[in-house]
Amino acid sequence: MAENAKLTSAEQIVVKFTGDSGDGMQLIGNQLTALAALDGNDVNSLPDYPSEIRAPTGTIAGVSGFQMCLGDHKIYTAGDAPDVLVAFNPAAVKHSAKFVKPGGMIITNSDSFTEKALAKVGYESNPLEDKSLDGYDVKAIPMFTLVREALADMDMPNAAKDRCKNFFTMGVLCWLFNKTPQLVLDFIQEKFGPNAKKPKLQIAEANTKAFKAGLNYGETTIMFQERYDLGAAQIEKGLYRNITGNDASALAIAAAGAKSGLQPFIGSYPITPATDLLHYASEFKDLDLVTMQMEDEIAGICCAIGAAYAGNLAFTTTSGPGLALKTEAAGLALILELPLVIVNVQRGGPCTGLPTKTEQSDLLQAMFGRNGDSYMPIIAANSPADCFDATFQGAKIALKYRTPVIVLTDGYIGQGSCPWKVPTLDELEDLTPYVNLWKPEDHPGETYMSYKRDPETLARDWAIPGTKGCQHRIGSLEKNESGAVSHDPMNHQKMTEIRKAKVDNLAAVLPEAEINGADSGKVLVISWGGTYGAVKGAVDRLIADGKPVSGVNLRWVWPFPPNLGDIISRFDKVLAPELNMGQLSLLLRAKFLVDVQSLSKVQGDPFREFEVIDKVNEMLGE
Amino acid sequence: MAELTKKDFASAAEVKWCPGCGDYAIMNAVRAGMVAAGKPRDEVAIVSGIGCSSRFPYYMETYGLHTIHGRAAAIASGVKVGNPKLDVWVISGDGDSTAIGGNHFMHAIRRNINLNYVMINNKIYGLTKGQYSPTSEMGQISKTTPYGVIDYPMTPLKVAMGLGATFVARGLDAQMKLSEEICVRGAKHHGFSMMEIFANCIIYNDGAHQQLTDKDTGADYFIILKDGEKMIFGTENQYCLVQDGFKIKAAKVADVAESDILVHDEKNAEVAALLTAMRPDGGLPLALGIIYADDSKKTYDDMVYEQVAAVKAKRGRTVDQVMQEGHTWTV
Repeated sequence: MAENAKLTSAEQIVVKFTGDSGDGMQLIGNQLTALAALDGNDVNSLPDYPSEIRAPTGTIAGVSGFQMCLGDHKIYTAGDAPDVLVAFNPAAVKHSAKFVKPGGMIITNSDSFTEKALAKVGYESNPLEDKSLDGYDVKAIPMFTLVREALADMDMPNAAKDRCKNFFTMGVLCWLFNKTPQLVLDFIQEKFGPNAKKPKLQIAEANTKAFKAGLNYGETTIMFQERYDLGAAQIEKGLYRNITGNDASALAIAAAGAKSGLQPFIGSYPITPATDLLHYASEFKDLDLVTMQMEDEIAGICCAIGAAYAGNLAFTTTSGPGLALKTEAAGLALILELPLVIVNVQRGGPCTGLPTKTEQSDLLQAMFGRNGDSYMPIIAANSPADCFDATFQGAKIALKYRTPVIVLTDGYIGQGSCPWKVPTLDELEDLTPYVNLWKPEDHPGETYMSYKRDPETLARDWAIPGTKGCQHRIGSLEKNESGAVSHDPMNHQKMTEIRKAKVDNLAAVLPEAEINGADSGKVLVISWGGTYGAVKGAVDRLIADGKPVSGVNLRWVWPFPPNLGDIISRFDKVLAPELNMGQLSLLLRAKFLVDVQSLSKVQGDPFREFEVIDKVNEMLGE
Repeated sequence: MAELTKKDFASAAEVKWCPGCGDYAIMNAVRAGMVAAGKPRDEVAIVSGIGCSSRFPYYMETYGLHTIHGRAAAIASGVKVGNPKLDVWVISGDGDSTAIGGNHFMHAIRRNINLNYVMINNKIYGLTKGQYSPTSEMGQISKTTPYGVIDYPMTPLKVAMGLGATFVARGLDAQMKLSEEICVRGAKHHGFSMMEIFANCIIYNDGAHQQLTDKDTGADYFIILKDGEKMIFGTENQYCLVQDGFKIKAAKVADVAESDILVHDEKNAEVAALLTAMRPDGGLPLALGIIYADDSKKTYDDMVYEQVAAVKAKRGRTVDQVMQEGHTWTV
């Protein structure tokens, strides 16, 4: 027995899984995420997979990954360099070993290091034997051999037995991180046991055995000198579930429908990395959520506009190139002044770009990607769980101001996951006051005018088809207050100003931006959307080191929060780290006439905390 | 409530089509269709794209949505699914439907969404002042084809049959009564009603359909199909249609046995496909009237809500239940 495997307490552990893309990396990653979360840790994760569905096995191009960070405190990102890499084959080792922290652990399946597999990725000698991995703590485990031994009495082909290596690995990790094994055993029963949706009893038994073999392996070999113990994180009380950003957005759409009393409607077209949102929402027919998968992106937004016109709470979901296609129709929603939420899960661009990788390079498209003067509110989700709130808020603003709203998420938070404190429908804001449909019985003696406005919000009066006696015509042409088409120059000036003012005025009612750190100082780091986590983590560490640095996160990217200019003015330097070539800094410079510095990264990968810290230190002259 | 008349569907807006435009007659026919549908004006919505014909909603005392080029079918699909109680019409042109909007036009037909789709075909772009369209004839002179069109025209109704359309009809602006009949039947049809109405563009394609509208000889070039009636046409009813292997051919009534003359069956999709393809320059009369009508196929909008009801019966979850699904834990 490895009696002397020391239990070391840790604050956080970063784990990365890599292997063939058909090998279940996302699955095992999600399982460990759930296990850690169920055991009280805070977790944040980031899947990383190639755009090919099944790239050739055993090649670098086919490597799929999943990184996660688990901790005893609030975790904001999937972590920087992994402490533990689980790389299932030579390709995965070659691909990912370089990311591991110096001295970090690499767990691998030594049975997969055949001559053929080594040759396929250009290894001239076996890295497990040639000392090239000497800087790491390599655990070469003959997984196939051990799993086949554990399943010796089971009547199944070896290939099927080999697939149980993932649960074997889970067993090893469960032991290594001192997690509760019963949670995994329960999961196996839930997924494959007699009460599962599709029971697969043999697989349940095989995975259970493989998992236990992994646990025992950790416990009985002398391979591991240390195991880690993470305390439970201090987390707000409540019911939690682990959720991806895309799933959270889907739930927000159903919830916003229920809270508004309008039928929720999604018009969409499949596109990576937004498609999961549509998948999940398509299951919600019993929640009265109607989804239409249309013939193209344009039709996706167009049918949503039609549904909004008919009085539904309409959404369209997409990613970068899809947003480009929706451009003209988004302008239609804007001039019609209909509520519509466009959820854009950003990916690497331009054009097809990096479909499966994250980026924040649609900000300027969201701002300016339409003809004419056509401003729309833009809200950015800052974590997977926050996608729920951002999407719900998007619906509220769309209804309240009768405007299309763009919700920006990205591949990182859309597909990444973290624990989400599940609200009850009762706790969510009632949206019915913002629906406020125009009905003749509420306005005796008045004639409906389609572009008459609420003096405060400038939202136009909205009567939907089917409303008695309110038939009227609206359209893509400029019109006057009564809704009649108008080419009058002064009317166009007035209507353009109103449409802009409607969005500008929103700033006055937005929540003020909150400063993380002192109210003034040398460097202010501004995050937005998916950069929130890395910036928050980096600024926290800089503050802990006594640096004169503060952070501010933008929930609304347009308009900016009302106090942002004031905050900026109290710092010597301003830094905007963003996953693009400086799009937010361009907007900040234009709006506030301040020399905002951009920290750009366009590698399909979110920021690591150290990247932000290094840049801030450079700005501090340290 | 007193029954509505065509006049009740006219809005106060001044109609701005050119004098002599074929669209006037078609608007009259559409109003007749709306009367026939029997819905109050506030339960009728008209959606249009861009083009001369797309100004239509402004002239109608109903809910109206004038949108963007080519997208009316997709937007109207959302309106109908968003509120299936509405009587939803789409007014489009040949450019709007078959060029920029070809994709949406096709898929709306394929889905059999319960829309009344009027495609006014004048074989030209009028609003942009005279460029050729996908239905323009070979050799046609237009601003962008000063030496003649060299791309082959499409036959929208033939495309519609290929997509499994459930109602396919063709009218002609000059045949006002027929256009009315088509709009009335189309309005009552439960499913996607594809109504192509040939119209003249007096400014940019005058005489577009002159062969058909010529008072003396026009009737020799078209046939008005009537369910259950023999396919006879011509200025003196001297021609008929007969079967020729897998084809249809024209013959003189005097030359064939009466029993050989084809009888129109609105529900025969295979023959309808042949009928939609007939062209005078191919030696066959242009088919007008209701070429195909069969409402036994379910509509998309009906199925959407049947599915909602079925999933409710089977799963019947609440939003709270769905939010709490999956791996949850309590802190």
